[in-house]
Amino acid sequence: MKIVVLVKHVPDAQFDRHLTGPGNTTDRDESILSELDEYALEAALQLSEARGGAKAGNEVIALSMGPAGAVNAIKKSLQIGASSGAHLSDDALAGSDAAATSLALAAAIRYLAADAPVDLVLTGMASTDGETSLVPAQLAERLGLPQVTFASSLEVNGERVVARRDGDAHADTVEATLPALVSVTDQINEPRYPNFKGILAAKKKKITALTLADIGVDAAQVGAAGSLTAVETAEARPPRTAGTIITDEGDAGIKLVEFLAAQKLL
Amino acid sequence: MAKALVFIDNPGSALKKSSLELLTIARSLGEAAVAFNGELHDDVAAALGSHGASVLYRPSATDLDDYLVAPKAAYLAAAVAASGAETVLLENTADGKEIAARLGVKLNAGVITDVVGVDADGTAHKSVLAGSYTTTAKARTAVAVLTVKPNSVDVEAPAAASTPEAVTIDVPADATANAARITGRAEKPASGRPELTEARIVVAGGRGVDGDFGPLEELADALGGALGASRAATDAGWIGHDYQVGQTGKTVSPQLYISAGISGAIQQKAGMQTSKVIVAINKDAESPIFEIADFGIIGDLFKVVPQATEEIKKRKG
Repeated sequence: MKIVVLVKHVPDAQFDRHLTGPGNTTDRDESILSELDEYALEAALQLSEARGGAKAGNEVIALSMGPAGAVNAIKKSLQIGASSGAHLSDDALAGSDAAATSLALAAAIRYLAADAPVDLVLTGMASTDGETSLVPAQLAERLGLPQVTFASSLEVNGERVVARRDGDAHADTVEATLPALVSVTDQINEPRYPNFKGILAAKKKKITALTLADIGVDAAQVGAAGSLTAVETAEARPPRTAGTIITDEGDAGIKLVEFLAAQKLL
Repeated sequence: MAKALVFIDNPGSALKKSSLELLTIARSLGEAAVAFNGELHDDVAAALGSHGASVLYRPSATDLDDYLVAPKAAYLAAAVAASGAETVLLENTADGKEIAARLGVKLNAGVITDVVGVDADGTAHKSVLAGSYTTTAKARTAVAVLTVKPNSVDVEAPAAASTPEAVTIDVPADATANAARITGRAEKPASGRPELTEARIVVAGGRGVDGDFGPLEELADALGGALGASRAATDAGWIGHDYQVGQTGKTVSPQLYISAGISGAIQQKAGMQTSKVIVAINKDAESPIFEIADFGIIGDLFKVVPQATEEIKKRKG
C-alpha cells in the first residue's frame, strides 16, 4: 500500500503568532509539525504495519509544501516512522491560498504516483494555523478522488475504505473505494513519539526535494499571483484585558448573576 | 443587479437562524436566491419568500444525502451557473466549508471561510489565528464563495415579501460517481440545548469539574445556553468530544462564555477569545484565564455555580 501523508510546518500555538509582510502571511519562525497531522501519520503507520510494513512493500511518504524550515516537519515524520519524505519548496509558492496550495499539492501527489499509484492520501482535519479545512476537499476534487473527511476511525478492507464520521446530530459510517483521500480527527488514535531507534533510522531515509519545475506547475498558478483570494488588511486585535476579579466570600454566585444582569445577559 | 445565492442544506421543518442570517447578507449584496436540497415544507418556502428569496432552486436528484459532500457541490455549481450569482453564501460548518472548497475548484472561484461580516462590495471580514487578528479578504475571481459564521449579522426581513419562483436544477449525471457513500447513520440523543457553535451562551468546564458536569449543565439550562468542555475534560472521558472547545475542538463566539475549572492554557483560549463577555471561575488565582476574563471569581465552582443557578431561577421566577 502506498500512502501519502500531508504534513505541515506551523507556528507553535503555545506562543504568540503573527501575520507578516505585504501579503499578511503567517510568520513561520518557531514552527513545528502541526499537531493535527500527527494523527494522520499515526493512522498511515498503523495501516502500513497491519500489512507487514516496509518489508512487505508498504510505503508512507510524508509530503510537505513550504519554505526551507518545512523540512523539519518531514524530518520529525521520518523519526516517527514515515518511510520517506518529499519537500515541495519554491519561492513562487509564498502566499498561496487554499486554491493555489491544493493545486500545487495535487501536482506533487501526481509526481509521487509516477512510479506506482498512490492508494491513499491522508491529512489532518485542519491545519492549526490557517484552520480553513479547505485543502483536503480541494485536493480530492482536483485529483478526482472520493473524500472521507473528519474520520474518527478508519479501516481499509481490500479496495474499500470504511470510516466513522461524527457529526453533531449523528455519527455516520462512510465507505469509499481506493484510491481515496481521508482526513482524520484527533479522536482516531494516540500518536506515537519518535524513539531513539527511529531518530537514528530517520537519518538514512530519503527526502526528495521538489520544485515547481519538477511537478510541472507554472509559477503564475501559485503564490500570491495564482491565489484566488487576497488578504487586504490585517490588524492585531487589541489584547483582552482583565476585568473585575473577586474572591468568593460566600456570595460570589449572586455577584455573578448581578454582573450578568448588568450586562443584560440574563 | 448583483446576485447572491444562499445554499441551505436540508432546511427541515423550520429555517435555522443562521439560514436567515445568510439571506440577510445576500440581500445586502443584491438579488437573493436560494439553492436547497431535501424536502421543502410550505411554511419554510413562505419564510424564504418573506426574507426576500427571488428564486428557489431544487435538485433533480433526491439521493444527495446518501453521499458525503461531493454531489452537493456538483449540484450547487450547476445552480450557480443557472442563477448567474456572483456570490455564494454557505454555513461555516464542516460540511459547508467542504462544499465551498469543492465548489471553488469547480468554478475557479476564491473561497473565504470563517467570515463574520460582508461589505456591499464583497469584502469579507474574518478573525484569524484564534482571534488574535482581524483581517479583510476578497476573492479575485468572477464568483466568490463565502462561508459565514453564525451570529454574524442581525436578521432583517425586507418590507415586502416575494413570491419565489421554483426552478429545478439537473444534477450532473456523474455527480455521485466518485463520492464516498454514507452506509450507516446513528442518531445521537438530543440534549435539548442549543448547538455549541451557534449558542449565544456557553458554559464550559475543565479539569476543575473533576468528573461532575452536573452543576454546569444546570447553569447552562438556567441560562438557555450550550455546554462546552476543555480538552482535559474530554480526554479524561468525563464528557463527549463533541463538547470540546479550543484549538482541536470547536471555535465558539458567543455573547457570553462562562469558564469553570479551566486554567486557560493558550489552546483553550484560542477557541473562545472572540466571545463578547468572558466569565471565569477557578480556585487558582494564578490561572491564565483571569488575564482575559471580564468577570473573574476566585473560588470553588461547586459552591459558586449552584448558587448562581439558584439566583437565576429565583429572578426568572
